[in-house]
Amino acid sequence: EALVMNDPDFQHEDLNFLSRSQRYEQAIRKSSLMVKKLREYGIANPEEIYWFKSFVHRGRPEPLDLHLGMFLPTLLTQATPEQQDRFFMPAWNLEIIGTYAQTEMGHGTHLRGLETTATYDPATQEFILNSPTVTSIKWWPGGLGKTSNHAIVLAQLYTQGQCKGLHAFIVPIRQLGTHKPLPGITVGDIGPKFGYDEMDNGYLKMDNFRIPRENMLMKYAQVEPDGTYVKPLSDKLTYGTMVFIRSLIVGDAARSLSQACTIAIRYSAVRHQSELKPGEPEPQILDYQTQQYKLFPLLATAYAFHFVGAYMKDTYRRISGDINEGDLSGLPELHALTAGLKAFTSWTASAGIEECRMACGGHGYSRCSGIPDIYVTFTPSCTYEGENTVMMLQTARFLVKSYNQVISGQRVTGMVSYLNDLSRQRIQPQHVAARTVTVRINDPVSLVEAYKARAAWFVEAAAKNLQAELNHRKSKEDAWNRTSVDLVRASEAHCHYVIVKLFTAKLSEISNAAVRAVMTELCLLYALYGISKNTGDFLQAGILTDTQITQVNQRVKELLAIIRPNAVALVDSFDFHDVHLGSVLGRYDGNVYENMFEWAKKSPLNNTEVHESFHKHLKPMQAKL
Amino acid sequence: SVNPDLASERQTASFSVEKLTAQLDGGVEHTRLRRAVVEAIECDPVFSRENQYFQSQNERYESAVRKAVHLQKKMHEMGWTENGPEFKYIYRALSGDVAFLLHRVFMRSISVLGSDEQIAKWIPLASQYQLIGSYAQTELGHGTYLQGLETTAVFDTTTQEFILNTPKISAMKWWPGDMGRSATHTVVFAQLYVHGKSYGVHPFIVQIRSLQDHSLCPGVTAGDIGPKMNFEHVDNGYLMLQNVRVPRENMLNKFCKVQPDGTYVRQGSQKINYFTMTTVRIALISDEVVIPLMKACTIAIRYSVVRRQSKLKPGEQEAKILDYQTQQEKLLPQLAAAYAFHFLNNYLQELFDKAYREIQKKNFDMLPELHAFSSGFKAMVTQYCTSAVEVCLRACGGHGYSSLSGLPSLYTKILASCIYEGENTILLLQTARFLIKCFKTASTGQPVPPSVIYLAAVKHGKCPAKNKLDFLHPDIYTEAYQHMAARLVSSTAAKLQDLIQSGVKKHDAWNQCTVQMVQAAKAHCHYMTVKNFAETVEKLDTKAGIQKIMKHLCDLFALHGIFSSAGFFLHDGYVSGAQMDMVTASYLDLLAVIRKDAVPLVDAFDFTDKSLNSALGSYDGQVYQRLYEWAQKSPTNKQISPAYERYLKPLLHNMQSKM
Repeated sequence: EALVMNDPDFQHEDLNFLSRSQRYEQAIRKSSLMVKKLREYGIANPEEIYWFKSFVHRGRPEPLDLHLGMFLPTLLTQATPEQQDRFFMPAWNLEIIGTYAQTEMGHGTHLRGLETTATYDPATQEFILNSPTVTSIKWWPGGLGKTSNHAIVLAQLYTQGQCKGLHAFIVPIRQLGTHKPLPGITVGDIGPKFGYDEMDNGYLKMDNFRIPRENMLMKYAQVEPDGTYVKPLSDKLTYGTMVFIRSLIVGDAARSLSQACTIAIRYSAVRHQSELKPGEPEPQILDYQTQQYKLFPLLATAYAFHFVGAYMKDTYRRISGDINEGDLSGLPELHALTAGLKAFTSWTASAGIEECRMACGGHGYSRCSGIPDIYVTFTPSCTYEGENTVMMLQTARFLVKSYNQVISGQRVTGMVSYLNDLSRQRIQPQHVAARTVTVRINDPVSLVEAYKARAAWFVEAAAKNLQAELNHRKSKEDAWNRTSVDLVRASEAHCHYVIVKLFTAKLSEISNAAVRAVMTELCLLYALYGISKNTGDFLQAGILTDTQITQVNQRVKELLAIIRPNAVALVDSFDFHDVHLGSVLGRYDGNVYENMFEWAKKSPLNNTEVHESFHKHLKPMQAKL
Repeated sequence: SVNPDLASERQTASFSVEKLTAQLDGGVEHTRLRRAVVEAIECDPVFSRENQYFQSQNERYESAVRKAVHLQKKMHEMGWTENGPEFKYIYRALSGDVAFLLHRVFMRSISVLGSDEQIAKWIPLASQYQLIGSYAQTELGHGTYLQGLETTAVFDTTTQEFILNTPKISAMKWWPGDMGRSATHTVVFAQLYVHGKSYGVHPFIVQIRSLQDHSLCPGVTAGDIGPKMNFEHVDNGYLMLQNVRVPRENMLNKFCKVQPDGTYVRQGSQKINYFTMTTVRIALISDEVVIPLMKACTIAIRYSVVRRQSKLKPGEQEAKILDYQTQQEKLLPQLAAAYAFHFLNNYLQELFDKAYREIQKKNFDMLPELHAFSSGFKAMVTQYCTSAVEVCLRACGGHGYSSLSGLPSLYTKILASCIYEGENTILLLQTARFLIKCFKTASTGQPVPPSVIYLAAVKHGKCPAKNKLDFLHPDIYTEAYQHMAARLVSSTAAKLQDLIQSGVKKHDAWNQCTVQMVQAAKAHCHYMTVKNFAETVEKLDTKAGIQKIMKHLCDLFALHGIFSSAGFFLHDGYVSGAQMDMVTASYLDLLAVIRKDAVPLVDAFDFTDKSLNSALGSYDGQVYQRLYEWAQKSPTNKQISPAYERYLKPLLHNMQSKM
């Protein structure tokens, strides 16, 4: 960290004052330097590279992200040894800068719908790549617009007149040396976005662009010189990468929300406003119950997501060990779990960041608060790597499948094992949760049971509604669609249960008594706040009574007051460096107002004392009227 | 040509789009006039917004100033006046992308707070743009809580001047629009001191820039506060004053006056001033909140019938994403909300016109109710619509994230409305204070304003619905809302009472109940919105299918609210678990019904493509083509990137030579 922070080469003007082109240029400059310095310092360990990179770019996206994060790893996993010889070292040495071109203008999450074609020509032993429609133009890949000279392109493979589905091809797109697009390639930047200013997300259109047969990534599927297609052994393997990336997003959700909480809570301790008691000085706004109610549940959520992210990383490591030994049995549940948790955490964090910003009032709206930037950088994760609603439905598919297994007498394992209890309840005609769970609202373990009952109730309701639709209609897909709102709710309830469960489980692992005490308070707040926001579910399912709900609401407010003295310490524990937060409101030293003034003075509008618009427009108008 | 996927949606409309548009505008004549104004503005290239997504803050500012200046000329040419019927459509046609909006606030504050002499002196200068005004209230350290402002104005009897000062950094004026670069004058709110005694916050006219060369006046430090989430075209500014002297006549003195010897005199009723503040809160609902939501719905819904993704039935074409229940559940409730708040806004306007007539007759009885209304509805509508626009943005997936979709700028702009003109949480607490007061008054049998009479009659009944169709009766759901609102208000009042009786100090008790109060205030506003929507539908024309489709939207708005806040309705058993299942069933059924009219319902908002300024939302639905062509115009594509020559090339070559 100090290595980067103290290096004058990595210093630059505040990004908020730069145009998009300038921000891109800064990012490229730093990436180039970073690569040079990594070599100089001899840093090669992936973990160390990751930290170095994140300090250089302060956790922000950069044009080489796709090269490092997708292009190189894809070469490693999907290229043959011969292809690795040809491409990997040049790419490692940045002679080749690559990106990963999957998403098209017309299709994203639904991969089978991609339209780019790669037609094999046995006469020349080449693939002919085409973007046959406007919608088939590759759109969004990072680093494609201006930076890359190669791309791994996903296209529908046609050979011997047949479509063989999606395959990956290495496509050179720019001339080495001049960096000009190659003939047959149209490539450029897709224009301004909500955020990601430093990233040159690009478009790519190919017209009869030919590449040698050897440029298809052929570790699994192959096309022989005569055009014969050789099928891959298993296609489940690619799930591994997706699972890994989704688990990173959960970690990202935790980090982004923690940053927003740090800013909002520190600022709320610095700002004084109005009066609580007549005649006394203005209190810190963090002393207002409404402000605590906005921020502390989010703080608890940030901690909860940290533990979930860590759990997912561990599980991924454990299961990928199994996969390497050929055991794929853990994949379906893991895939289902990561899809839902990715959606749940990214939605919640995205909304939470906005609440933090809103809690900072007008100053939160200024770019100097840093929260607008955190938001626009994080919020696309609701869409990329799988659109959230589609993710929720994937989880739901697994839940319904597990439910049906239970109903047909099989037992299920893992996080869905609570469904096993349903078979015992089946004699009852009514909903399972009509039984009363004795919930003790001060005991996290008991609250886990309440969330479990809610999840079971929703899964069963969705599965039953689906069955009812199936009885009415011929089409399975139609029935599924008509139940999808219920199915999403079931997934959400399941994910919520998993998170409360993981948070609670974490408590017993904390050895320091004081830390455990404060984490227990946060865990309780997380669980109880979740109930108070979804009282309808718990009431309707008969898990909690009216009186208990009133107690829950009351207890939430008591916890706010209990957490209040530790609030700043709890965000300090996240240990974000000021440079990393990039926020005037969230400074560690709390000197907010004077630094806002210093910051504003650097605004481009202030470059001259009298703005040129005065001479161009104002003065002539005043003269005329 | 229109994309066939969009064209087919228009053929099945169950109502007349043109008639609904007229209904929304308040009559065919208004529609005609609006279209004429929009046409006149949009055909003028100076007002074009096509390049705005590509422009820097400096360019946006300059273009806003140019537009403001050009608008004066245009109005003169067209024969439009500030008081004419066209005026309200001009701002809409410009989408607010113009400078000097605070100049109008400057003028209004002088008209309301100034004496006749002051009006006679300043208003002609301002209308002739001989000076440019701003309105400096908010400070770095204080916003909604006005008594906390720290700028000082000390009266000096010897020179008959006020000496204005910014005593510390948090007292710096911060945020006022048009002040960073443009304004020559501003109305500064400062704590008045005479002979060492404080008299509270008062307004002063202060010149900050030279009328000759626009340089800052002595003692004045002013500039732009830097980039924000949106409003790049506005030079929100800071202002620091060091011993700046203004003559005694510059204190706006319609209500309060400092005489030459320093005697402080109050005169007349300030209530009218109070009324102005509430009017501003209501005025912003239409232009700043409801219209942006309508635009966002238009973009998201049109795009959702053009975009096809995945298959609903094997072997068929990929389905329009609006055919997915989950997509309908995201967008259609937002569409219903846009209509609900449009009608609510009409209701509030009528109410305010009525109040204004009363006030001119010196009858101020309606003021407390109006104040509570304006606070609560401003907070509720801005918050609701902000979330709704965000839902629209996210429902457009990756392309929604592109600036060219128009959605990011709609979102970042509307969300500022949650803060300006009063922070929402504080406003809701003001409404709650009023409701609790009325509840207490009503329980002792004394009269209360008509809108809150229901608080007196909290019944412990049950919802009478027997099947899911019963929930399509406005009486049934309106009563459910009424019951819920009344319950939340009464239980909050009871809780407050309990705390005070158990010995908790009044202010502590108040703070401990604020979370509940916010909920109660929102519940009241939600109830009023549903009630007004249902009553409006009753009165609509039964011809041309309009009443029928509006009834569906009203049902959807109401049931969506119950579905999303089920706990509030279930809590005391007013709605049973079985009834909640009926609500859900009816709600989901309605989505499929309204789906068929979704595109005609957004067409009726009648936005031109230029005003939407979106690659995804244009009338012809040529989404992908437009996105591709527009992106190519991005400045990032105009030249070979300097980054290549400067950094990439050396990087590539350096590495190559080392190998």
